[in-house]
Amino acid sequence: MSATGKVKVFVPRETAAVSMGADQVAAQILALGKRGGRDIELVRNGSWGMSWLEPLVELEIEGERVAYGPVYPEELPALAAADFLSGGDHPLKLGRTADIPWLRDQNRWTFSRCGRIDPLDLEQYRALGGFAGLTKAFELGSAGVIEAVKTSGLRGRGGAGFPTGIKWQTVADAAAEKKYIACNADEGDSGTFSDRILMEGDPFTLIEGMAIAGLAVGSDHGYVYLRSEYPLARTIFSKALSIARENGWLGKNIQGSGIDFDIDLHLGAGSYVCGEETAMLESLEGKAGLIRYKPPLPAIKGLFGKPTVVNNVITLATVPEILARGAEDYAALGTGRSRGTLPFQLAGNIRRGGLVEAPFGLSLRELIEDWGGGTYSGRKIRAVQIGGPLGAYFPEELLDTPLDYEAFAGLGGMIGHGGVVVFDDSVNMARQARFAMEFCAVESCGKCTPCRIGSVRGVEVIDRIIANQNREVNLALLQELCDTMVDGSLCAMGGMTPYPVRSAVKYFPKDFEDQFVVEASEGVNE
Amino acid sequence: MSLLKEADYGTPASAAEGSVTVEIDGLSTTVRAGSTILRAARESGVDVPKLCATDSLEPFGSCRLCLVEVEGRKGYPASCTTPVEPGMKIRTQTEALAKLRRNVMELYISDHPLDCLTCSANGDCELQDMAGAVGLREVRYGFDGDNHLFEAIDESNPYFTFDPTKCIVCSRCVRACDEVQGTFALTIEGRGFESKVSASMGEAFFDSECVSCGACVQACPTATLMEKSIIDNGQPEHSVLTTCAYCGVGCSFKAEMKGDQVVRMTPYKDGQANHGHSCVKGRFAWGYSTHKERVLDPMIRENIDDPWRKVSWDEAIRYSAKRFRELQEKYGRKSVGGITSSRCTNEEVFIVQKLVRAAFGNNNVDTCARVCHSPTGYGLKQTLGTSAGTQPFDSVMDADVIIVIGANPTEAHPVFASQMKRRLRQGAKLIVLDPRKIGLVRSARIQADYHLPLLPGTNVPMINAFAHVVVSEGLVDEQYVAERCDTEAFAAWKEFILQPENSPEAVGPICGVPAEDIRAAARLYAEAEHGAIYYGLGVTEHSQGSTMVMGMANLAMATGNIGFSGCGVNPLRGQNNVQGSCDMGSFPHELAGYRPVGDDAVRGTFEKIWGVELDPEPGYRIPNMFDAAIAGNYKGMYIQGEDLAQSDPNTKHVEAAFSSMEFIVVQDLFLNETAKFAHVFLPGTSFLEKDGTFINAERRINRVRPVMKPRQGKAEWLITQELAQALGYPMNYDNEAQIMDEVAALTPTFSGVSFRFLDEVGSVQWPCNEDAPMGTPIMHIDNFVRGKGLFIETAYVPTDERTNRKFPLILTTGRILSQYNVGAQTRRTDNVVWYHEDLLEIHPSDAELRGIKDGERVSLSSRKGDITLEARITERVPPGVVYTTFHDPETGANVVTTEYSDWATNCPEYKVTAVQVSPAVHRSDWQQQFEQRAKLQGKILETS
Repeated sequence: MSATGKVKVFVPRETAAVSMGADQVAAQILALGKRGGRDIELVRNGSWGMSWLEPLVELEIEGERVAYGPVYPEELPALAAADFLSGGDHPLKLGRTADIPWLRDQNRWTFSRCGRIDPLDLEQYRALGGFAGLTKAFELGSAGVIEAVKTSGLRGRGGAGFPTGIKWQTVADAAAEKKYIACNADEGDSGTFSDRILMEGDPFTLIEGMAIAGLAVGSDHGYVYLRSEYPLARTIFSKALSIARENGWLGKNIQGSGIDFDIDLHLGAGSYVCGEETAMLESLEGKAGLIRYKPPLPAIKGLFGKPTVVNNVITLATVPEILARGAEDYAALGTGRSRGTLPFQLAGNIRRGGLVEAPFGLSLRELIEDWGGGTYSGRKIRAVQIGGPLGAYFPEELLDTPLDYEAFAGLGGMIGHGGVVVFDDSVNMARQARFAMEFCAVESCGKCTPCRIGSVRGVEVIDRIIANQNREVNLALLQELCDTMVDGSLCAMGGMTPYPVRSAVKYFPKDFEDQFVVEASEGVNE
Repeated sequence: MSLLKEADYGTPASAAEGSVTVEIDGLSTTVRAGSTILRAARESGVDVPKLCATDSLEPFGSCRLCLVEVEGRKGYPASCTTPVEPGMKIRTQTEALAKLRRNVMELYISDHPLDCLTCSANGDCELQDMAGAVGLREVRYGFDGDNHLFEAIDESNPYFTFDPTKCIVCSRCVRACDEVQGTFALTIEGRGFESKVSASMGEAFFDSECVSCGACVQACPTATLMEKSIIDNGQPEHSVLTTCAYCGVGCSFKAEMKGDQVVRMTPYKDGQANHGHSCVKGRFAWGYSTHKERVLDPMIRENIDDPWRKVSWDEAIRYSAKRFRELQEKYGRKSVGGITSSRCTNEEVFIVQKLVRAAFGNNNVDTCARVCHSPTGYGLKQTLGTSAGTQPFDSVMDADVIIVIGANPTEAHPVFASQMKRRLRQGAKLIVLDPRKIGLVRSARIQADYHLPLLPGTNVPMINAFAHVVVSEGLVDEQYVAERCDTEAFAAWKEFILQPENSPEAVGPICGVPAEDIRAAARLYAEAEHGAIYYGLGVTEHSQGSTMVMGMANLAMATGNIGFSGCGVNPLRGQNNVQGSCDMGSFPHELAGYRPVGDDAVRGTFEKIWGVELDPEPGYRIPNMFDAAIAGNYKGMYIQGEDLAQSDPNTKHVEAAFSSMEFIVVQDLFLNETAKFAHVFLPGTSFLEKDGTFINAERRINRVRPVMKPRQGKAEWLITQELAQALGYPMNYDNEAQIMDEVAALTPTFSGVSFRFLDEVGSVQWPCNEDAPMGTPIMHIDNFVRGKGLFIETAYVPTDERTNRKFPLILTTGRILSQYNVGAQTRRTDNVVWYHEDLLEIHPSDAELRGIKDGERVSLSSRKGDITLEARITERVPPGVVYTTFHDPETGANVVTTEYSDWATNCPEYKVTAVQVSPAVHRSDWQQQFEQRAKLQGKILETS
């Protein structure tokens, strides 16, 4: 270790990175510095979203950030030997972070600061444009903010894609002494993690977005409903709330604006369906997470019976940037009625998994092949499920579909929360269809009959199909059951479980046809 | 006769104003705005299949059978949750809907036993009906899939079973427990297919917080929650509408019958007092009417130590008349008297008091209201002009601030308590004045804003302090007082109430309540738009009971809280017909309608119709009767359905009085404690055998209809009539209706009442006359009945019953949910599973001081006597106060109580007795004597 002087090192404190050893890596780097007499300034930043490179260690050298990754704890001796703290060469050296194509080719709005900053450093947050959106909102006032959100074309990023500005307008127009902002951070869809990465990597953005929403609709009280499976997000976000409060960005009379707003953090209890907005409201009220019927919409009668904005983390966290950088600029991105950007998340059998924020309109193939680099196994892609466990399975031949709410809906699918799960050709789609029903059976709140009993019968019917019992009759019964669930269910849980089931039957009929094929493909499925 | 089935509109009526016109299946219909499509359809005669919806509960939207098509809307909205909108075009029957409903039903039945023929709900099952309605013909999923068909049945509750194999998870039971009863004992445990109805924390129903009100059983559309009486007997074939004979709420019930056997009592939806709700007593505890201990033969004995001898009705009545006449000849006209029963009908009560006045020729008649709400009658008459509560129960739904004083509605008036709790959950504020932490202080989703745990006996200074705050802080409704009250009296009262000794600061230490709490609570009430006072025997059963009643009336008048919905001064009356027995002229100084017997004109009206001259002198009150008996001036008594020996205070004194008398006739269902001193026993009838009327706490005259013939062979009014005839007084009614006609003819507030009218309208609240042909739900609307409201000064005179070193604690008494008063009925039902004996509640600090452990026997002694009972250590009572119930004659709670009584009405001071509590080793002398006497009496019966 030849070099001397202070060096700034970034090791993400983000769940994926930590699970790959980031905490040990950070500790070892500090020890290394001590031994080598280097003064190390360790920054536990958020993740840039390049999960396949985690733990991604960065060094600040001459004002530039240089990346190494993935740096597992056992790599450190070799890295030390290569004097990586001074930017030494090593096979894991990735060069300037900003030049990594994955990152370079994105268009980041919501995640503009994520990865860059210490998530709990309020000064850095402000230095990089934080609270510019809220400050702008103070000028614009309620009507101006809502107008800007409408102009931006922002739609609900939780999955339903409802125009955010219209929802806010409804709540703003509702006459009530008390209104609430309820942020849905119960990120339960398979293959999704954008809410978590944001809350771990740039929590003030969410706080700012909620405060803006409060100002827009006339609410002084927000709740964040966070899934309990995100302990690190809880720690970081709780801390961020206290820091914001201590510095006058939450509480009474925020920054002398005359606006009051505060946020309570509430933990879920492990139920998928509590990510459905009305079940989430029930759960926030301390009740079992049962679906409420609509109407009345939560915007009219929501939390504790009061008008409530229910928005996903990403929706709320995008608003500050929209106000700061301009609603028209945001609206200029995207395609059709899908405006702006979406943080897509690549998961499943994929070589380069992680988060990609890009404007709507790129194709699924670009996302999976260009960013994702194809399957992890190296085999052929057979199916892609987009939008979580209730999303349709798309076959390889539909991969050129542009990522756009309407285009996907037209094909019986949905973009949802932007989660993309890739399967290679070893997948058995009858098993995946069964899994969809099973998932529904496990996660159904149990209130409505089609979902509560239908999902259980769905598993049984598919089992009979797989077992080659009365195949034709059971395939027909499965279709009728899907009709009953779609037409009869109280919410999307039962109402959309048929999407993956039907898409599997439609695009992969072979898997439902012959037991021999099923058995054979099971043999391959390792 | 047929089975009465109320229509179910699926969802509650909309409270919105205006109307909306929609098209349902091609036909235009106009319904109230805000109605659901389901309700709109039902109201226009269109039945949409449904399971989870019922009009006693808010919409839920879970069963997905009531789906419809609405033109221009995507999908199939649930009609139970979708409100109508103008011009909506709705189709309730299409091919797509038929298939959808059939397929949903197929899912239900794939997890349901196929035992319809042997199911207890066969013939009364909504699931069965709906399977029929949607035309389910096969279950393609088979029956070997996952299911709940082998789950264990919970039979722990004595009255109903819970069979989870039949549950369709519609949550109607859970919602009924929440919305209707307000106990929140039930929940759905688990989720998805594992969803299961669960009592409390997965306990058996009996061990849970369930209060057995029956709301869940009522709401269940299948056999999942089913009355054991139906499981045992099958479905009823006809029903009779009648009125519960327990508390003063006066719930309407359908007695559901097989021949003359009751198989179920079901609360009636159109009952104006209960709106389809019930409690464990009315709903389930009716088996006493056929209990084996019920006496069905008249009996005579010369001497109370002789064996009883069964005799004919004729002999019993002739013998009684002869003995009464002999006593009157020997000791004078006034040496005999009678007691009317608040458990009996108005008609039965009316002719007993008539017998006393017309046949005995004196006014020695009194009733059990003497020992409960006589101060209510006196206090409200003095201040407002009517001896009754001011409001209907439904008025509570308009109250913004509710004060509950000395009442425990969740135990004693459960059905009204549920309504009050519903209002509290909607946001009304609550102030509780009670020494004990009663259920309303804190329970599921209920929290009193103020609980002022005042010491027993300090109501009057407390209410004066409330009034002091109102006056001194400028919270008087000056305009109301100026327009409606006697301003001179108000001015005098104002001067009185402003005296410093009535300030919260002076009163706080007397009551044991911080002054600031009194001030805050008083402000809360005074500033409410609608402030209502509800009270019970914790107000009246004091030596200042009447003062307190007037104090509450003063407070309500000063704050302008009488004369419209949501306010008032409301007694929660204890017995089913205690209001009626008072109205019927059961008091020694008043004829029917509270008119003084000393008033010549009033007496004249009665004399004209009754054909006799009436005594202008008021007769004895109950305590006077006892005193006179001991003095040797009062010798004979005709007691209709009241167990004075158990219910009246200072039992030893009562027993001494009875022992001094020469002839006692008891008319009752059972050989009660009083019957141990009786010479003639005339078997009475239960409410199931009576034809007549009861009047509840809201002055509502309800019909009581017989479901079976009198089991002992004679209607009770006829017994009284025959006794009157045997006494030589011509009483010749053909039926009960004629008695009510006479009441109506003699009583201005009842002049519009007749059986025929009541059968037509259901029920009516008196006054019901030419001025108010449909009755009077709210009293004193524009003017007080007495003209100007009268403020009366309510100086505090503490009771003479004082604690000292020997008797340092204060005993107060009350009752519990499962038991009713002296327990004569409820102890003869399965309600005993909730009650083994009377317990003594004692605060942990008082218990520790005395070395008393929970569950141990303790001696409870006062200046009057001592008993032993089991201690229950609890913080429900404050330090210095102990509490027990008086349901069990073996305990003898009233051995301990004193005969101090209300200065105006002699209502006994049950609520304040100075006592000592100490560990006990054996039962008290009185209890041992009681046991011996019970055995002796038992023996005598066996030989008869």
